[in-house]
Amino acid sequence: MEASNQSARPVVLRTEHLCIQFGGLRAVDDVNLEIYEGELYGLIGPNGAGKTTVFNLLTGVYKPTSGRFFLCDKNLTGKSPIEVNRAGIARTFQNIRLFNNLTVLENVMVGLSNQIPCNVVESVLRLPRHKKSEAEYQKRAMELLEIFNLAEYKDYLAANLPYGKQRKLEIARAMATGPKLLLLDEPAAGMNPNETQELMDDITFIRKQFGITILLIEHDMRLVSGICERVTVLNFGTALASGKTSDVLNHPEVVKAYLGE
Amino acid sequence: MNVLSAIINGLSAGGTYAMIALGYTMVYGIAKMLNFAHGDIIMVGGYAMFVTLLLCRQPLLALAVAVVFCVLIGILIERLAYKPLRGASSLAVLITAIGMSYLLQSLAQVIFKSAPKPMTALQIGGMLTFGSFSVAYSTLITLAATVIVMVTLSLFIKYSKTGRAMIAVSEDKGAALLMGINVNKIIAITFAIGSALAALAGYFMLAKAPSLSNTLGAMPGIKAFTAAVIGGIGSIPGAMLGGILLGVVESMCNSVPVIAPYTDAIEFSILILILLVKPSGILGKMRREKV
Repeated sequence: MEASNQSARPVVLRTEHLCIQFGGLRAVDDVNLEIYEGELYGLIGPNGAGKTTVFNLLTGVYKPTSGRFFLCDKNLTGKSPIEVNRAGIARTFQNIRLFNNLTVLENVMVGLSNQIPCNVVESVLRLPRHKKSEAEYQKRAMELLEIFNLAEYKDYLAANLPYGKQRKLEIARAMATGPKLLLLDEPAAGMNPNETQELMDDITFIRKQFGITILLIEHDMRLVSGICERVTVLNFGTALASGKTSDVLNHPEVVKAYLGE
Repeated sequence: MNVLSAIINGLSAGGTYAMIALGYTMVYGIAKMLNFAHGDIIMVGGYAMFVTLLLCRQPLLALAVAVVFCVLIGILIERLAYKPLRGASSLAVLITAIGMSYLLQSLAQVIFKSAPKPMTALQIGGMLTFGSFSVAYSTLITLAATVIVMVTLSLFIKYSKTGRAMIAVSEDKGAALLMGINVNKIIAITFAIGSALAALAGYFMLAKAPSLSNTLGAMPGIKAFTAAVIGGIGSIPGAMLGGILLGVVESMCNSVPVIAPYTDAIEFSILILILLVKPSGILGKMRREKV
């Protein structure tokens, strides 16, 4: 019943036999994912299982050795990071990579770059379209900051934000690029339980607000079991198990991978 | 009055250095490379003006042609010589830039021969005189142009999409790329802006000392690079400050006959001193290694 319900929803991300080989090492081996519209999907697994490598494949940082992936049936295999981003995949990073010399507002405005047209000559000469586009940037960036409760910090340098807020800002910046699919790489890493709770609420909220599909990597099992609908467990680059979160987390192979025999 | 006119002359010379230093510092900040061919772009612009003036004696048209030509050459050099080396060791890029510098100088010598070309058509004559105090119009025009360029550039960097993207790229190319920023385009724009400023600086240099040879840009290039390092390489206000500072020191030294022969030595001593006291330059940020 559940399965038939889900297959009726359109598929946002599909990977087919995704593989990447570094020298003799198969870091990602035959990974097949199918993520439906609006879904919150978890990618979990022990350290070194290849989770971040999957993200790097899905954002064009690495080119797969074999296999393909599709965003809403559009083949993005082998595309550059810019093309992938413009097609609608945005991400955050395991270790925060904000633009520290820009303010909170400007970080989000950088994310918006591709959505409001204005060229260099217009900006140097400060022609009308420059002013109009700048006002539009400001407005849209402020809207996003308000959604993420960061509006009061807009003039802070990103480096001066508290850690938990930096994580949020990274999500806001990624959302600014207008994605269909958001990849979150360990969003709760280094957070205390309160911050993690706040983050879970935020993720739930942006799903509702934007109707966005999210794929997240996480180690915090409380967060995974709390918000992910389905998960895939990676181990040594291969998918150990996939399915409903509660089923997968109790799967004997998964328990073995995490806890040993 | 002598001191005052030395300061005004210094501000004007410093403005020229600052314009060149901006090219060094922006390219360093964004592409993380020292473009030692940058000074020679001034010379390329000089010859572009020379050729234009042969066809039509319009100094401003010559300037416009030089700016456009230098922008194109700057982008071309980046595309052909530096872009293939992105990700290579910084030493390889540095050697390439030095090679590019000699290539430009030698090409100019082959094409235009080594005898200096008079560029009197660019000269801006006349003096503004208040009683015993006088200052050349060319000095004032250079000063005004410097102020306009600095303000425009600062506004552009701070308040435009491309400016913000430049800061983003200078900080983290990978993250910028994944936010959909075309890093190659931003680097090309940086070279274009630097080259346009070099052409402008060349115009003011020739307006003051109208003699053009294939080494026109060599010494000012080194001075401007020094200015950029003094101010803190990678920092745009730093390049402006360093340029102005160096220009004023130079002009003050030159105005005292006993010290004048040692001007260059004094300027470079300042560089050494700054590097000893604050290696990151006056406005440069100390980079702390995270453990």
